[in-house]
Amino acid sequence: MRALPILSWCGAQGMMNTAETANFDEMHAPDGSVRAAYRDYDRWLSEQDSGWMRRKSFEAESFFRRTGITFNVYGDGDAEERLIPFDMVPRIVTGTEWRKLSRGIEQRVRALNAFMHDLYHRQEIIRSGRLPERLFRHNKAWLPQMVGFTPPGGVYTHIVGIDLVRTGPEEFLVLEDNARTPSGVSYMLENRETMMAMFPELFARVKVRPVSAYPRWLAKSLAACAPEGASGVPTVAVLTPGLYNSAYFEHAFLADQMGAELVEGSDLRVVGGRVQMRTTQGFQPIDVIYRRVDDEYLDPLTFNPHSVLGVPGIMDVYRAGKVTIANAPGTGVADDKAIYSFMPQIVEFYTGEKPILANVETWRCADADSLKYVLEHLDELVVKEVHGSGGYGMLIGPAASKRELAAFRDKLIARPDNYIAQPTLALSTCPIFTQRGLAPRHVDLRPFVLVSPDGVEITPGGLTRVAMRKGSLVVNSSQGGGTKDSWVLDD
Amino acid sequence: MLGRVANGIFWMYRYLERAENIARLLAAGHRMSLTRGPDAATEEWRSVLTTLGLLKSYKAAYDDFTGSHVCDFVLRGRTNELSVLTMFERARLNARTCRSAITLEVWEAVNEAWMTLRDLLARPVREGSLGTALAAIRRESTLARGATHGSMMRNEIYSFARAGTFIERADNTARILDVKYYLLLPSLAYVGTALDTGQWDNVLRSLSGERAYRWLNAGRMDARSIADFVILDGRFPRSLAFCYKSLGENLDALAALHGHEGPAHALMREADAQLTGKTIEQIFDQGLHQFLGSFITRNQAVASAIADQYRFVA
Repeated sequence: MRALPILSWCGAQGMMNTAETANFDEMHAPDGSVRAAYRDYDRWLSEQDSGWMRRKSFEAESFFRRTGITFNVYGDGDAEERLIPFDMVPRIVTGTEWRKLSRGIEQRVRALNAFMHDLYHRQEIIRSGRLPERLFRHNKAWLPQMVGFTPPGGVYTHIVGIDLVRTGPEEFLVLEDNARTPSGVSYMLENRETMMAMFPELFARVKVRPVSAYPRWLAKSLAACAPEGASGVPTVAVLTPGLYNSAYFEHAFLADQMGAELVEGSDLRVVGGRVQMRTTQGFQPIDVIYRRVDDEYLDPLTFNPHSVLGVPGIMDVYRAGKVTIANAPGTGVADDKAIYSFMPQIVEFYTGEKPILANVETWRCADADSLKYVLEHLDELVVKEVHGSGGYGMLIGPAASKRELAAFRDKLIARPDNYIAQPTLALSTCPIFTQRGLAPRHVDLRPFVLVSPDGVEITPGGLTRVAMRKGSLVVNSSQGGGTKDSWVLDD
Repeated sequence: MLGRVANGIFWMYRYLERAENIARLLAAGHRMSLTRGPDAATEEWRSVLTTLGLLKSYKAAYDDFTGSHVCDFVLRGRTNELSVLTMFERARLNARTCRSAITLEVWEAVNEAWMTLRDLLARPVREGSLGTALAAIRRESTLARGATHGSMMRNEIYSFARAGTFIERADNTARILDVKYYLLLPSLAYVGTALDTGQWDNVLRSLSGERAYRWLNAGRMDARSIADFVILDGRFPRSLAFCYKSLGENLDALAALHGHEGPAHALMREADAQLTGKTIEQIFDQGLHQFLGSFITRNQAVASAIADQYRFVA
C-alpha cells in the first residue's frame, strides 16, 4: 500500500527547475498581455474589489473544514486532519488545447491497457524485441498470478491518472502514468463545488465544461466491467483501508457519490465462491470492487500474509471470474519508470500511431551510453529509482551537494538498471492569489480517465497542483503544495 | 446495509444522546448547588457522578466535590473516557466511518458540533460560562437530531439511528431516576417540605420535564405523579414508556423490512411489558429501585441482542 497516496504523487520534476524567468506562464504572455484562455476570467477579475477578493480567500478554508475535506497524516498519533491549501485562481485550458490533450490521453490509455493484456499473455512486445524482458521480470508489481488470466471485460486500468506538465504553448508532456490507484479526484470535484459556491456569477460569465458527472461515469464504467453472470444491477463496492488512511475522505466521498457501499476488508468474506459483504441481513455478494488497497494487501492467502486490509481468498474468486477488481492486480507494472521510458514505443506498437503526447526525455541508465551521459551530467539531471514512487530515492542534480552527487554516482555504477534520469524542465506557471495580488507559481495537471468495455471517458479538467511558495517547484501537498480548480473552456 | 455501518450509526446516536443528557444533568445539578448550602451541593454533585457511573474515576482525580471540578471532569476530564468531549469525538469518528450512510446535512451537523465543542472545551469551563457551554451541547445535539429528522431517508439506517437514540435515552432516564429513587417513594413524612419539592423539581429538570409536568398537574407536585410521569407517560419524550414505544416502532420497521423478527424483538417486548399496562402503584409495590435496576438490565440485553442479530461485528 502506498501509505500516503495524496502526499506521495509528487511532481518530481517540479523540484529542480532553476531557470524561472524562462518559464511559460499560462495566464500572461511575456509582454504582460493576457492569453486567450484567461481573457474572460481576467475581465471578471479586474471588476472585482480587491478587499472583497481578499476576504473570499479566507472563506475557502472554512468551507473545506466544514465539509470535512481533509487528509490524514498517516501514523500521526493525534490523527491530525489537514487541509490541502486551495487557491482560488482557476487553472484554465482552452477547448482546443483540451481536445488535443484528450486525444493523446485516450491513445495512451488504450495502449496501456493493451500493453497490460499483452504482458500477461503472449508478450508480443517482448518477442518483437521492442521491450527487454528484464524490465518487468524483476518488478515487484508484476504478478505471476495474473499470467494467462483476462479480467472481466478485458479491462486492466479502469481508472487512470495521467500526470502532465507544460513547458510551452503547445508543449504538454506526460510526466507519469498512474495505473494503480490514482487519487485526488475528490479534490477535482470539491474544488469546482467550492469555486461555484464562492463565485457563482463567474460561472455565468465564463463557459466552463462541468466535471460533476465523474462519479456517475465511474459508477457506470465500473458496472460495465462486472463479471458475466453478475446480478441484474451489479453491486459495486469501494474497498478502503479504513478511516486512518490518508485518502479516506476520497474513498467515502466516491462511495457516497456513486451510491456504492464503502467496505473494509473485515466486512468481506469469500462465501460460496463469491466475495460477499456482511450486511445486517447476512452475507450478500459483490460484483465489482473498486479497491483503494494496494495489490500487496489484497489477499493474505496470495500476497502479504500479514495483511488485514484485504480478503482471504479473493484472488481465487477473481481468477474464477466471479468478481471484478478495479484496477486489476498487477497493473502497477505500468507505473514503473523504466517502462515509462518505453511508452512512445508501447503506444506505437499497440495503436499503430505516433504518440500524440510526448514523454519527458528519459535516459535509461541500464544502457551503457546513457549511463555515461548521466554520470557526466549528474549535476544537471534528476535521477529516479525505476520502482520508486512519491519522490523517494531520487537525486535532484542541481540541488544536490557534492557529497550527495558522489554518493549517488556510486549507487548508479553499482546498479545502473535501477535508475533512469531526466532533464530539468522549465515548468509552466499559473498565477495564484496572494494578499498582494496575483503571483506566478508552478503547476502540473492530473486528468482522470475511465476505461470500460464501452469506451474511454476523460473528465474535462482534472486536478491542478500548485507550488504555493514563491520560486518553489514543489507541488507536493506535504510541502506546502496546493490545488486549483481546473477549467476546460467550452469553446 | 453493512453490519459494521449499522453498529457505527447506532453508537453515533447513542453518543449524541448521552452527551445531551449529561448536559441536562449538569445544568440541573448546577442549579441545585446554587440554591442549597455547600453540604447539599456536595451531595448533589456526588449523585451526578453516581448517575453517570463516574464516581470512581472522579475520586481518582479529585479529593473534593466542587462544582467546577465535577463539571470540568464530566465535560472534558482527561482521565474521563466518558467525557462529553469524548462523546462528540466518538460521534464524529463514527459519522466519518459511516459517511456514506448519512446525508451531507447530518455529517455537517456532527462535524460542526465537534468543531464547536472542541474549541469550547479546549480550556477549563468557568462557572460563569458553564451555562453557555451546556446550552451549546444541547444546541449542537439538537441540530444533529434535526438534520437527521429532516434529511435522512426512513430506511434501515434511520431505524438503527433511532434505535440507538432510544436505547440510550431509556438507559439515561432510568439511571437518573434510580439515583434519586428514594425521593420519589411515597412517604407522608416529607410531603410538602421545601427540600422535597426542590429535589423533585431537580429530577424533572434533569429530564427537561419540569414544564410539561407543571402543565399536566397545574403546579401540584407529589412523588407518585412525578414517578408516573417520567416512567409511564407515553406523551413525554424522555419517559421510559415513550422510549420503548419508539424503540418498538423502529425495531418493527426493521422486522418489516427484513421479513422476520429476532431475539432483540422478543427481549424488547419483554422489557416493554414491564411498562405497558402497569400502574405506578404496581411498580411501587414491586419496589421502585428494583424495578429500575431490572429495567436497566433488560434494556442492555436488548442492545446486545440488536448488535448480535444485525451482525454489528464479525
